[in-house]
Amino acid sequence: MPDEDKKRAHRALVDRVLNGEGRAPAEQRARAFGNDGLSPPLDALIGKVADRPAQVTEADLAAAKASGCTEDQLFELVICAAVGQSARLYEAGLAALAEATVKGRPDHAT
Amino acid sequence: MRLDILNHGYGPRTKLLFALIRLFSGHPVPDAAKLVFYRPDFYGARAKAFTHEAMRGPSAWSVGDRELMAAYVSKVNESAFCVGAHTATARQAYQDGPRVAAVLADLESAPVAEPLRATLRMLGKLTREGKVGAEDMREVLAAGVSPQQVQDALAVCAAFNTTDRLADAFGFELLSPEGFEAGAKHLLKRGYR
Repeated sequence: MPDEDKKRAHRALVDRVLNGEGRAPAEQRARAFGNDGLSPPLDALIGKVADRPAQVTEADLAAAKASGCTEDQLFELVICAAVGQSARLYEAGLAALAEATVKGRPDHAT
Repeated sequence: MRLDILNHGYGPRTKLLFALIRLFSGHPVPDAAKLVFYRPDFYGARAKAFTHEAMRGPSAWSVGDRELMAAYVSKVNESAFCVGAHTATARQAYQDGPRVAAVLADLESAPVAEPLRATLRMLGKLTREGKVGAEDMREVLAAGVSPQQVQDALAVCAAFNTTDRLADAFGFELLSPEGFEAGAKHLLKRGYR
């Protein structure tokens, strides 16, 4: 089924950035993915990537680097934040669709 | 781009490839393409596979419809690079620039079929607010969109909510209009793989 291919390809991406080998620890990647539990200044950068990506500035990245993150770690953490936010949107959309299609069927009316 | 590794951190073979692309296309390699060549095992390889599946895999939506969804989601995210790239691609796919421009200017008055309009409206809300409800989905289904089409549109939305964020966070450099047109031609010929 074509749609299963899309979901499978998406899961493979999510699984890789969270659980595969990386320069940033897996626990930190998971926090970036969830936009939750990072300490300053990384939390500001990751929060913007998740919620207001157009407002990310050079200074946000510079502050994260100055706090000791390497560029390769930032590459990974920014990707995790982007993939994490879009995974939440994807799940929210699919859940709303599932709810609409189940409750929308007359044979499921009680 | 804002990380030096994304500008200079490529091996000799990739650098050669970039030089050849520049030579044959007459345009610099777009940052969107460079990004997926950096440590492709971390992100690029799987991101390309998912994006290609969403944008060019089997679907009742046309390639033009899906490129328009990509442009529309990017507009909501204010991601200038992605708006430019996918506006150009949708325009070429449809052979209809005014329709694409009208959708991005005002979805409600744009000359598009209701199923597509309802779908774009839902994708816009999901992207903007981070959530949609069953009622939003019922409106899309009532406009004549199949559940499978909704799922396909959500995959496009997921792919571009990722790409938009990376374009903005890493600071993809905007292309010239000719550069965007050349990129669009490539995306229609070869897809995202």
